[in-house]
Amino acid sequence: MSDFSKDGYLNMELLRFTTAGSVDDGKSTLIGRLLYDSKQIFEDQLEAIEQRSLQRGFEHVDLSLLTDGLKAEREQGITIDVAYRYFATPKRKFIIADTPGHIQYTRNMVTGASTANAALILVDARKGVLEQTIRHSFIASLLQIPHLIICINKMDLVNYEEAAFEKAVDEFKQLSSKLDIKDVSFLPISALLGDNVVDKSKNMSWYNGPTLMYLLEHLHISSDENHIDCRFPVQYVIRPQQTEYHDYRGYAGRISSGIFKPGDKIKVLPSEEIATVKTIELFGEEIAEAYSPMSVTITLDKDVDISRGDMIVRENNVPNVMQEFDVMVCWLNSTPLQVGGKYAIRHTSKDARCIIKDIRYKIDISTLHRNEEDKKIGMNDIARISIKTTVPIFFDSYRKNRHTGSIILIDESTNETIGAGMIV
Amino acid sequence: MILYHLNHLRELEAEAIYIIRETASQFERPAMLFSGGKDSIVMTHLARKAFYPARIPFPLLHIDTGHNFPETIEFRDKMVEEIGANLIVRNVQDSINSGRAKEEKGPNASRNMLQTITLLDALEELKTDAAMGGARRDEEKARAKERFFSHRDEFGQWDPKNQRPELWMLLNGRKHQGEHFRVFPLSNWTEMDVWMYIAMEKIDIPNIYFTHQREIVMRDGMLLANSEYITVRENEKAEMMTVRFRTIGDMTCTGAVLSPANSLQQIIEEVAASKTTERGTRSDDKRSETAMEDRKKAGYF
Repeated sequence: MSDFSKDGYLNMELLRFTTAGSVDDGKSTLIGRLLYDSKQIFEDQLEAIEQRSLQRGFEHVDLSLLTDGLKAEREQGITIDVAYRYFATPKRKFIIADTPGHIQYTRNMVTGASTANAALILVDARKGVLEQTIRHSFIASLLQIPHLIICINKMDLVNYEEAAFEKAVDEFKQLSSKLDIKDVSFLPISALLGDNVVDKSKNMSWYNGPTLMYLLEHLHISSDENHIDCRFPVQYVIRPQQTEYHDYRGYAGRISSGIFKPGDKIKVLPSEEIATVKTIELFGEEIAEAYSPMSVTITLDKDVDISRGDMIVRENNVPNVMQEFDVMVCWLNSTPLQVGGKYAIRHTSKDARCIIKDIRYKIDISTLHRNEEDKKIGMNDIARISIKTTVPIFFDSYRKNRHTGSIILIDESTNETIGAGMIV
Repeated sequence: MILYHLNHLRELEAEAIYIIRETASQFERPAMLFSGGKDSIVMTHLARKAFYPARIPFPLLHIDTGHNFPETIEFRDKMVEEIGANLIVRNVQDSINSGRAKEEKGPNASRNMLQTITLLDALEELKTDAAMGGARRDEEKARAKERFFSHRDEFGQWDPKNQRPELWMLLNGRKHQGEHFRVFPLSNWTEMDVWMYIAMEKIDIPNIYFTHQREIVMRDGMLLANSEYITVRENEKAEMMTVRFRTIGDMTCTGAVLSPANSLQQIIEEVAASKTTERGTRSDDKRSETAMEDRKKAGYF
């Protein structure tokens, strides 16, 4: 980590990615390899896994142990939902949402994918594209992850043959034609031996593409945010109880999308009052242009009644304001979804209640078929549902805006988050 | 080219401010845990930014073990005075005096474990329903699994197998009577991010993070500050050394590092070149491989 200069570090971007693959696809090994080859492993961490590898009688240091978790998990040989890992190169800081590949993969992958810029999907070169590769890609497309990286892993076990790689790529292209994926890359790698992970492989002269690390460092992410539709959900109203700021009213929140500037004509939802942005500030510093994902405070030219859950938008570009709409929901709980059931709903900074009007169809995520007969929606199921909310919600479709197009459903008796929804 | 794109420190800052504002909105009686260490200092700075020009709308809560570095306490009092924050201190000594907690014995005795009792008692007394802490996921594997909003049952316990899924940035702080939340606004920060942010924002920190001369006792490979709270054994001796602290906790369990770093720039270079993790200087984590996981389940920070 020694080549960080202070100025260089200040120009780094943040890239969040998630990983998917089944238990034997080498996902933990790949993450261990990324951390190890990018020199992010400290001596005390390495010593700990060397010792454990030795205790278990392994020949090599098992890099997958680097991502090994809690005692509760080791005892049961499972991984508990999402673990977060961090590493940095002089170009970027990376946050990995590491999701386990066992049965609860849908719930976990959806969670990890919800904030990701990129998804890494592992395919075993010997087995080619399997049903579950499609499942993972479907979830990535459903969650609108902008970049998909398909790693054809274990190339060492197929003698580094180009044909095996090409076959997997063709299979994937055929099966993914139904999916809405913006940017896909394919890489032949060996996580175990490090081919094309951080260092270029010496065993695959036929491959002229980038290594995984190069790709992660150069994915074009600055256009991933929506800079067109101005949406500012009000999170908190700042009213200082100090005489010098007697008349101060600041609307605090995080910009969901668009670019806000002082002087902008805005509309407040739901009141539909019109006002002009006086200042955009943070800690006394005025900001000339504010955009997603900044947290700022907005002041207006006149007194308007605004509270948490309201939304500030541009006068001539407003979101949908409706109480009935359709949602693609991923069910996260063992208690099934009930038609007619009432749940708490959270959308941006707004809390409301809703009733499930109808289940339109359930998606078989292995075949991507829509099933209109099967109305039992349990844990890990994905379905299109119609809901009605107690108050109007100010939303855009999830495809257009991940921040104003997403909701969660909460069980009002247990308070658990039980559904993740993307507004259609 | 990077027009309309935040650098990663500003993005982490925006995320933390969002979480702090969300906590102030969703809970009735939130509090921010303050230890005098760099992470809680950064978190307090972010809280000021989140609500400016208003003051921080919740108290800072310090669980004082009584084994703090005097420099930490001095720094704390000065900072609180400057920013006009409401500081509440609860003492582990009081928990010991009242028989709620029992002091450990022996040369390695530490009040680290006892803090949990005082903390849970304080949260109950103050009716705190959300306690914000400066813990980071990169510190330790049990912390890698934490949520931003981490649910605790009536006994203050963490159940890692039964955590609420956290999607997008839609944080669910709903709870039953008697339950509370721990909130971690710095979850996605690394040690390096914290130092770079301190440098970028010119945040004041206690002077023991910088190089100084100090009497040190070597124990189990750790450099412990000699103080009234540790017992120097027969085969040990206290020696003057040029050191600084990479983390600040109790004097009994926080190890120093040999270092000439006297500026933030030098500390950053040192952190970048470091071959051991930050918590490698903490004997409280070295008690067993699952020390942190076990303490967290019981209600530790």
